Amino acid sequence: MYTAADLRKGLKIAIDNEPYIITFFDFAKPGKGQALYRTKLKNMMTGSTLDRTYRSGETFEPANLEDRKMQYLYKEDDHYCFMDNDTFEQIHINEVSLGDAKNYLIDNLAVDVLIFRDKAIGVDVPNFVNLRVTQTDPWVKGDTSGSDSKPATLETGYVLRVPPFIEEGELITIDTRTGEYSTRVKG
Amino acid sequence: MAGNWALSRRRGALVQRGAIFDRVRSFFKEKGYLEVETPFRIPAPAPEAQIDAIPSAGWFLQTSPELCMKRMLSAGYDSIFQICRCWREGERGVRHLSEFTMLEWYRAGADYLDLMKETEALVRAAASAPRVAYRGLSVELTAPWERITVAEAFRRYGGTTPEEALAEGSFDQVMVERIEPQLGLCRPTFIYDYPACCGALARLKAGDPSLAERFELYIGGLEIANAFSELTDPGEQRSRFEAEARERASLGKAPYPVPEKFLSELASMPQAAGIALGLDRLVMVLLDAASIDEVVAFTPEEL
Repeated sequence: MYTAADLRKGLKIAIDNEPYIITFFDFAKPGKGQALYRTKLKNMMTGSTLDRTYRSGETFEPANLEDRKMQYLYKEDDHYCFMDNDTFEQIHINEVSLGDAKNYLIDNLAVDVLIFRDKAIGVDVPNFVNLRVTQTDPWVKGDTSGSDSKPATLETGYVLRVPPFIEEGELITIDTRTGEYSTRVKG
Repeated sequence: MAGNWALSRRRGALVQRGAIFDRVRSFFKEKGYLEVETPFRIPAPAPEAQIDAIPSAGWFLQTSPELCMKRMLSAGYDSIFQICRCWREGERGVRHLSEFTMLEWYRAGADYLDLMKETEALVRAAASAPRVAYRGLSVELTAPWERITVAEAFRRYGGTTPEEALAEGSFDQVMVERIEPQLGLCRPTFIYDYPACCGALARLKAGDPSLAERFELYIGGLEIANAFSELTDPGEQRSRFEAEARERASLGKAPYPVPEKFLSELASMPQAAGIALGLDRLVMVLLDAASIDEVVAFTPEEL
């Protein structure tokens, strides 16, 4: 069971026995008033969204999901294909259901496929994944523009801000919970 | 060269933060205020229903320096300010850190209207610019700032009255969802005259005891400061504390010891006004930061 203090972006909870994922979270506390936990929730089955504000003391059941260890194989149109390495069963999940996870899917990545009522409705990726930089502008030594970051495109097509010293072809670690650069992989 | 990139890239913000703190200190020193320090770790925080102190070896980390600073007022220190750390259990979000930096100041002989003027001057001094760009807004800092009563804000933006909202238990939700986003968009806004029950340490309004002489400052929808004409009646203060303690108990929260030394010295406290201003939040506005994380060296998650 979760309390209001556990609520955060990415948490999956059950509402009316259906699985919802928190897509936006904001802690608010006006003046000397009570703590309010504002959320946007997406129904993982239907994709419909809700705005809900919760208060301290409220409790939540985790979404009743089964997770299966699978491997990412390939993308076909707007579907992503995953395989169970024990049974060789393959399943497809559409891009909308994947959400931000699609930014981190590289061939053979091990993920948890989330199953609800025998239907695959999303995936959990590892907290940290290593991805290669396929495009970023070079850093000019002695650059005094004061810019502390620059955009980089990764092999999955994901674009994020990285430190100026990161070069094309380098492998970097991304924190998938925030979508942000974490470290450079020493190689 | 790599090091901690998140930390190293905050250098610009931290340098500006330091400059803002310098200007704040100069402002008070030029006005004859004494900078004081009071203990962070205290035996008895003010018993407010919705503010939770973090226990520390049998005592508590302060949630604000209010009680100690008022004891200094009672002892004749008539114009004092402090910049200090405060701690509030469970408060974390893009505008909240559980450990944050408060600027608090008190002036004997002043009331909350005097403090509005002084707050305008302070923020202008801290900004050292006539306007500030924040979250896509251009907020004009030159006087006069907007002043709106709580009742008017509820009528204009909330579609209800403070009394109705209190009766329904939705006062805070209406504030957060409907009113706060409308405050301080063109100029900073003072929202003032709160229902009497919303100011446990505030004096009631002369001529209207249903209201407390309290204001809050908002800039760009962000709450920056909270101020009172201070309550100086020890009997009244004790019964307010008892009411807050009952509410804490009804919410299942642990009781705090009664701050007896504060209550006994309150009788000698002069009429005064005081204000608590979230300095991290002010820095956020002046630097156009989307998150409080951008204006501190370390967040708790980074420790």
